[in-house]
Amino acid sequence: MNQLFKMAFRDLGRNKRRSSLSALAVAIGTTLLLFIASVLRGEMRGALQNSIRLQSGHLQLRAISYDESKDSLAWEDLIENPDQVVDQLHSLAQIESATPRLVASGILSLGDQSRGMRIVGLDPLAEPNQVFRSGILDGEFLDQEDHEGILIGKPMAEKFGLKPGDQVNLLVNTSDGTVDEQLFTIRGIYSTRTPYFDDSTVFMSLIKAQTITRTENHASLIFILLQDQDQSEAVAAALARSNYQVKTWQQLNELNTQFEDFANSFMYIFYLIVLGITATVVTNTLVMAVYERTREIGILSALGMKARRIMSQFLTEAFLLATFGVIGGLILGLLITAWVARVGFHIPAMTAYSGILLGERIYPFLVASDVIGLTLAAYIITLLASMYPATLAARMEPVEALHG
Amino acid sequence: MEVTKVTNATRNFKIGELETHALRGVNLSVNTGEFTALVGPSGSGKTTLLQLIGLLDLPTSGQVFINGREATGLSRDQRADLRKQTIGFIFQFFALIPTLTAYENVELPLLLNGIKPAERHSRVSAMIEAVGLSDRSHHRPDQLSGGEQQRIAVARALSIKPSLVLADEPTANLDTENGKQVMDIMQKLNRETGVTFIFATHDPRVIKYAQRVVTLRDGMIVDDNGKSK
Repeated sequence: MNQLFKMAFRDLGRNKRRSSLSALAVAIGTTLLLFIASVLRGEMRGALQNSIRLQSGHLQLRAISYDESKDSLAWEDLIENPDQVVDQLHSLAQIESATPRLVASGILSLGDQSRGMRIVGLDPLAEPNQVFRSGILDGEFLDQEDHEGILIGKPMAEKFGLKPGDQVNLLVNTSDGTVDEQLFTIRGIYSTRTPYFDDSTVFMSLIKAQTITRTENHASLIFILLQDQDQSEAVAAALARSNYQVKTWQQLNELNTQFEDFANSFMYIFYLIVLGITATVVTNTLVMAVYERTREIGILSALGMKARRIMSQFLTEAFLLATFGVIGGLILGLLITAWVARVGFHIPAMTAYSGILLGERIYPFLVASDVIGLTLAAYIITLLASMYPATLAARMEPVEALHG
Repeated sequence: MEVTKVTNATRNFKIGELETHALRGVNLSVNTGEFTALVGPSGSGKTTLLQLIGLLDLPTSGQVFINGREATGLSRDQRADLRKQTIGFIFQFFALIPTLTAYENVELPLLLNGIKPAERHSRVSAMIEAVGLSDRSHHRPDQLSGGEQQRIAVARALSIKPSLVLADEPTANLDTENGKQVMDIMQKLNRETGVTFIFATHDPRVIKYAQRVVTLRDGMIVDDNGKSK
């Protein structure tokens, strides 16, 4: 065994540049795999956190007949006396905070420009809504009794050229199926660093939202944050007997899961391409080595070395190449990922994807299963890639090999 | 005792439509301790015959025996086993493994035979000393002269204590002095250890070392001055 490794190590040292480049190919392949996987994980993790923080919460309580896709405002589809429900919810130890929200659709217009918007009525003082307060870039946050003011997101403000104090017209659906229209003053411009959300969501105080939609003392949902998000199923089960439907963050973010599955299957193709290129480089290196050392293979065979042992010789070289390459790639991949995870990076095209709350910046995130799985894949593919040259060497007839 | 015997061996090579007959019914028997030269012009079949005896190749027809064991019916791995235990090779080109030192080259066949480290060390040291290169044992082949490399190849061939050493034009790439040195060593080892040598050559200076000279022409033995009974 020692002899095998000694010879393999020295054989790789014969053409140091070629061996180094091959190991580098494995290293770059491994680095790319780890980095891309971490970007995808980071992106989806960020999107999920954004969704939980801004939109879905850990749990939502809704009226049994509430249909989210229609932003229904009919009284029977809403929660009556939401403050009472919130008070009851706060008695559960697992619940960190809960707050009612009213969601309606409407059209914001300024001059001859108009945009369909999602209008969210919220309690400005509620803890879960402080994320919007801290996101105020210009102007001020809403007041509980504010009947004139709204908050718009930064992308919207930039598109319409709006600033705090400006007035816009808002057309809002009401509970009786009609629409109401009112001039609102922009109190503040907010940013959650989630372009799609910021571009499409207008906030106003819950009281005002109830007034304009004629849903007095009703809310579309109770937004709930838990002490521990892993308890969502347990708390949902505890609330199941209430007269409401309970949705967990997993159910509310199914689109995220579907998108991640889709992205993963797409990424497998990318992984295969990277591994394929790596395998080609390794195969090429070892095939060249086999042809260069044909006469030596003949000598070893003449000395009585069996085909299996000759094959092992080349497989050991591939093993060493793979080891150096994969360890190098692992170190490089972890360093790059750690650095980019700290600073994040911006992909403009991806923020345009609707429905998924992608952040402005992606922060790569590596999980152990990806590191282990992809590193092993790079290792195995490199070894598989060496099977052909190793077999080529093992199958050489001694007489022909001796003639070089 | 017969170390090797070749009976009615033919070897044909087909290149495209053309079939050449490298050996045409060769019969040869070599006894223990012989120092035999296979001579003849290029293309006479010397190397082909050595390769058949060395189990590196198989005859198209006929049989090859090593120490009384018929070898043509053996599998590739069985032939490899028989080679590593009983046959030493010396090639025309200096066939050392370039990444191994002189010592390691001599040691390699012993490793393949599973010889224990202590014995390995004593055998390798003794063989390298026997070829007069103890002070060069830790040099790589590219740090040795052609003559030194061939002497190391002789040491390697002898390290396994073979029944038979086959040498194909062992001095062809050496100058007169180095060629003489190599042949002197081969002859000395043949006399001291009793190991059988069969070497192919067409160099008259080498032929004169042989006790027995077998002459081939056009794939047939045309003269044998010491035919075994």
